[in-house]
Amino acid sequence: MHSIETRLGRIRGKLPPRHHTARTIAALTSNPGCARRAVMDAAGVDKQRLAAHAGFPAPFGQSRFALARGNAFEAQVKANGAAELLTLLREHLRLPIPEAHYDDLGEVGGNASRELRYARTRSLLARAHACGDDAGTMFDHPLLRLDVGGRAAYLEPDLLAFRLREKFHVVEIKSFPVIDGQADGEKVAAAAIQSAVYVLALRAMLAEMGIGPDAVADETILVCPENFSNRPAAASLDVRKQLTVLRRQLSRLERIENLLELLPPDLTFDLEPGEDGTPTRPPGDLAAAIRRVEARYAPECLSTCEMCFFCRDEAHAATARLGRDTLDDLGGVEHIAQVLSLARGADVTAAPEMAEAAGLLAAAARLRGECLGEAV
Amino acid sequence: MSTLTSLARALAAGRGFAQPVCTVRHVHIHERPLVFVPLALAGEAVAPLAAMAGDDPESPRLLVVAEPRDRDQRFAFAAELASVILPYIERHTSAEETVAGGRGRDDRVRFAGAPQVLVPNPDGIAFTRLLGRSTRFRRTEGEYAVPPSVPLLGRWLTFLAECAEHPGSCLLLAATDALALHWATGQSPVEDRSLGTIAGWIDPPPGRTGAQAAADAEDPVRCPPAGPATDPGFDNEVLEPRIAAVRAARAAGDERAWRRARSALAGALASQLQPTWELMWRAVALLRRLPPGGHVAARWDRDKDAFTAHVAHIRDGGPPQPRRDTAVAAARRLTWLEWVQASYAAQRALDDPLVMAEYRMSGEAFAGQVVAAESARVDSSGRKRVLRPHITVKTEDAVTVEPGASVTSPARPKQKAHVVSVAPAGGSTLVTVELSGGMGRGLTPPPGSVPGIGETVCYAALSDAYRPPPPFPEPENTPWTHGGPPPQYVPTDEDASEAWS
Amino acid sequence: MSEGAATDTTARPASGETADPGRLADRAAGAVLADLGSGRHRGVVVDSPPGAGKSALVVRAATELADAGERVMVVAQTNEQVDDLTDRLAADRPALPLARLSAQDYVPSRRVARHHQVTVSAQAHDVAGYPVVLSTAAKWATVGGDRVWPWAIVDEAYQMRSDLLLRVAGLFGRALFVGDPGQLDPFSTVQTGRWLGLTWDPMQSAVAVLLRHNPDLPVHQLPVSWRLPEPAAAVVSEAFYPFTGFRAGSTPQQRRLELTTRAFGGSPFDEAVETAAASGWALYELPGRHTVRTDAEAVTACAALAARILQRGAVSYSGPAVDAAPVTAGRIAIGTAHRDQAKAVRAVLEAEGLGGVTADTANRLQGREFDVVIVLHPLSGRRDATAFHLEAGRLCVLTSRHRHACLVVARAGIPELLDAHPSTEPVHLNVPVKFPDGWAANQAVMARLQQWKVRAP
Repeated sequence: MHSIETRLGRIRGKLPPRHHTARTIAALTSNPGCARRAVMDAAGVDKQRLAAHAGFPAPFGQSRFALARGNAFEAQVKANGAAELLTLLREHLRLPIPEAHYDDLGEVGGNASRELRYARTRSLLARAHACGDDAGTMFDHPLLRLDVGGRAAYLEPDLLAFRLREKFHVVEIKSFPVIDGQADGEKVAAAAIQSAVYVLALRAMLAEMGIGPDAVADETILVCPENFSNRPAAASLDVRKQLTVLRRQLSRLERIENLLELLPPDLTFDLEPGEDGTPTRPPGDLAAAIRRVEARYAPECLSTCEMCFFCRDEAHAATARLGRDTLDDLGGVEHIAQVLSLARGADVTAAPEMAEAAGLLAAAARLRGECLGEAV
Repeated sequence: MSTLTSLARALAAGRGFAQPVCTVRHVHIHERPLVFVPLALAGEAVAPLAAMAGDDPESPRLLVVAEPRDRDQRFAFAAELASVILPYIERHTSAEETVAGGRGRDDRVRFAGAPQVLVPNPDGIAFTRLLGRSTRFRRTEGEYAVPPSVPLLGRWLTFLAECAEHPGSCLLLAATDALALHWATGQSPVEDRSLGTIAGWIDPPPGRTGAQAAADAEDPVRCPPAGPATDPGFDNEVLEPRIAAVRAARAAGDERAWRRARSALAGALASQLQPTWELMWRAVALLRRLPPGGHVAARWDRDKDAFTAHVAHIRDGGPPQPRRDTAVAAARRLTWLEWVQASYAAQRALDDPLVMAEYRMSGEAFAGQVVAAESARVDSSGRKRVLRPHITVKTEDAVTVEPGASVTSPARPKQKAHVVSVAPAGGSTLVTVELSGGMGRGLTPPPGSVPGIGETVCYAALSDAYRPPPPFPEPENTPWTHGGPPPQYVPTDEDASEAWS
Repeated sequence: MSEGAATDTTARPASGETADPGRLADRAAGAVLADLGSGRHRGVVVDSPPGAGKSALVVRAATELADAGERVMVVAQTNEQVDDLTDRLAADRPALPLARLSAQDYVPSRRVARHHQVTVSAQAHDVAGYPVVLSTAAKWATVGGDRVWPWAIVDEAYQMRSDLLLRVAGLFGRALFVGDPGQLDPFSTVQTGRWLGLTWDPMQSAVAVLLRHNPDLPVHQLPVSWRLPEPAAAVVSEAFYPFTGFRAGSTPQQRRLELTTRAFGGSPFDEAVETAAASGWALYELPGRHTVRTDAEAVTACAALAARILQRGAVSYSGPAVDAAPVTAGRIAIGTAHRDQAKAVRAVLEAEGLGGVTADTANRLQGREFDVVIVLHPLSGRRDATAFHLEAGRLCVLTSRHRHACLVVARAGIPELLDAHPSTEPVHLNVPVKFPDGWAANQAVMARLQQWKVRAP
């Protein structure tokens, strides 16, 4: 692993690696076939800065209104020892919680190094598991840890690990609304996979104390504002599928060396920051380096990856840029120019394997030409 | 599979300009549609921030919420929006028309027109739906009273948003959807949801290619997003300080400062809305340039019926639309949606050879020349002797329709036809079709009612024939398998007092 | 999809007893009928894996209820299914008067017409007095009035959409619901999220909605597949019935396929056919490429494998009680995901004079059975997987139609495609998660098939 770490470090450059969060770990599942992304995520590269310096700043930004709303909602849910949340879980999910304890694991008496907080979290949770009676305890600010590609990622769920029916439940607080029992499917999916990351981390932590995975429930709890108000509503999320997907992607990450072997040994995405921190690496040079690692661009990248504009520009001649369904419809022909020449019957150099796609495209072109009265 | 539209997309990418995927317009465009461009505050369920609305491109009404988190100001916004939308809707209740009943039914009366509201994109439709939901249950009296126009607006917005879910309905349209229906751009469908970029591909300014115009439109400074989501950069750099200024002035009790701050806020929001407003009217103009398809008027008639029924429902004191469908309502709606969707798809193909071409690719339709015709063929196998001509069509299209399948021809849509045989003939296919109806009552077909030899014809295994809905149990007879009868809706204080914070 | 429901009542053998499959199956059926007869439940659900004797159970339940003097309405989804059940019931009980309720334009099939005790009618009031009345759900849904049957048996209840159940449920008091949770779900072309999360979502299956409103109903599992040979039962059970599982009713010695002629030259087609005869499975792997859906090479390979089975004089053995039988064209099927693929296969078959071989889509092969099935893998030649192609039910149907052997034709690259597949499906609140997951099921099947791989040049 050490040599892999060195190689990844060289690729990353001088800056320290980006810390993984549940969000970034969850994002590993969004385009596993993209080598460029896999390498950058494994190396902990700051994709936002990279994209910006290469001339293609990412279209993502966060409105402070949204941030404020999210923080306010979370604070409200957790106020007074999470009293409102407790009532919610008691009434709406009918959880048998007679009395509740509230443990804020964030307070470690001043000096809170991550290792210390992690150790404290681990010992408190293990103790809770051991004394079976201790049902109904909410743990705020636990610090978990997950091995991601050989590096420890400290995960700070801004959520409560709760214990009922002898299992710990991960609780995830989000500020998108649930209206008449329905919420935005993509946002719930993101919340589900993020909470699955915490489930994995919590299981890993308890395993260190010899406690089996059954101690953590496959069901996480999602807390969202109800309808148009600030009142919280709770819903159960069954994350078994997300756990399977995550485990698979994390194990793929461990095989990053297969990818690295195919890359030039001197490859680096270093921005070469000057004394004041501004990057000095020529953007064209950086872009050339990025292009050494193959990407797998699809329009879905536009909402999930900071490199999207760079890769989209690179892929301007590729049919994939028009969408996966479009590529499928056009017989899987990879280049737009070839699609057009096959459609026109003009591609004489086409390999025999292209014959079927050529037939399909020529038939489509003939029909279109017939309807519009013009050659395609 | 939609090989033809995908090929058009590749063509657009190659040529740098959008390519048509229709030869006629499949949506109705009102003489005076109402354009509604809402903006919402980030992070909330539906917190209106501002809007531009109106049916006159030269004079949009600008609505601004100075403090978007203030409940009273939200309802004031709703009331103001109602003062734009409700009179527009009301205008359509003055003129009426008579619809012939036909076939033993009485003539009935409906409004001669219906309103049409246009929003920029599908998120705009979702905003309309949510705004309707947050207002239609409010009460006009008591502790949580709101102005009476507010719940009425809510019901209309909800009605429009529901109609938007019905394939072929044009009462509420998203401009991006309407444009994407008729043109293929050289970008992906995901990117087509941005009004600026799709309009750029279709109608770039002089000197720019479609691709270039679309790239320009992606810069939020040059072309603000069409909403309801605002650009985060705008939020953080412009919106937040201006809203803060308004709040500060109010807290300080400084009337003049408050008015100044509010004016600055309105100016900033107008700058985000105006470009989209203009884009919307450009989209309307682009769509108007296309000639309407044959069935567009019939579908608009159905919209008029729906509008008439909803006006009656409100006037009769009917309740607001329920939050979720009950079991029987859901089942009825699914059946109806399936029929409407099939009918809409069939009509578009019958109206438009380029849409029909997609079915020819998949073999569900075929076109070619008539090579043989027995136009006087009589079928005497039944009790009566009936005229059942046979024609044989030679086609180069792949054919997957089987003998026995019902088919329709765009040229003679009322004539019934079914496939008798399909036989390969060299590289082509010979399809024999039997015709019935549309030929008068005798045993000799009038000229033109049967395709003649040499005529080019097209037949498709598509039908927009009316299928009466199957029987459903009454809601009070909802069976035990589906949870039994649902409780009756009783408006409660909860509905009226539901927080909108 | 039932995933170990709270009232799982699978008949399990007593510990230490290696139960004879016949006894296991009998015990399970007995438990179902006991629950039915006890009158304790308004409904009884039976999960039946492929070839587990579902129709036999329906016939038995109908006759037991009729014997007890109850009037029964039998609900199936297609005319074919209704006719099959009518035929079986009539053959089982020649003295029991049966009514086959039908649409106006229905022409009785031969297998129904030959039974004299079967009355065919389009009017419900004509046949209301019969002890057993059989019809399609669609026809039952048009029977109005206050007519009520005390008992109903609903066949293929997992393939029935819940809105259809809504229209039929008012006709009966109690019911037995039988179906296969692993096969294709009902679907609609309408795209809307309006009902997601509602317990009465009309797009869900009839059983799913039934159980959400009546979670205490007993759910039985039929434990034995009489159709699938042992190597198939192992793979299909693990991949598609992860919580309940089932076993084969036959041993590999009892269920065999033998080739009576020798190969000339030994091509990969021969190797594949030999592998399938020896192990019950074969994976015929073409070189990896992205192709159009009607990949000519794959289509031709499917037809060629069918031809080779016939040329090699395959003979099927089904145990000592049944005569060995040659595998004829009519006992071979080729299954695909898409209609245009099936059409392309049919064209090649016709050209080769093999018109007797069936080629059809998974949707249309549901409920049917053959000796040997060749499958054009839904993911073959694809660059990306979509929800349609990953759907577990589709692959389950395609790999569970055979009694003796299944050969899968696929281009190389499917494990890699699955590996690279992004998981970006939306998640909706209050919608029970469906198992098996299509992606996981596909992984499991491909992993198992590797050991029977034959590479084509």
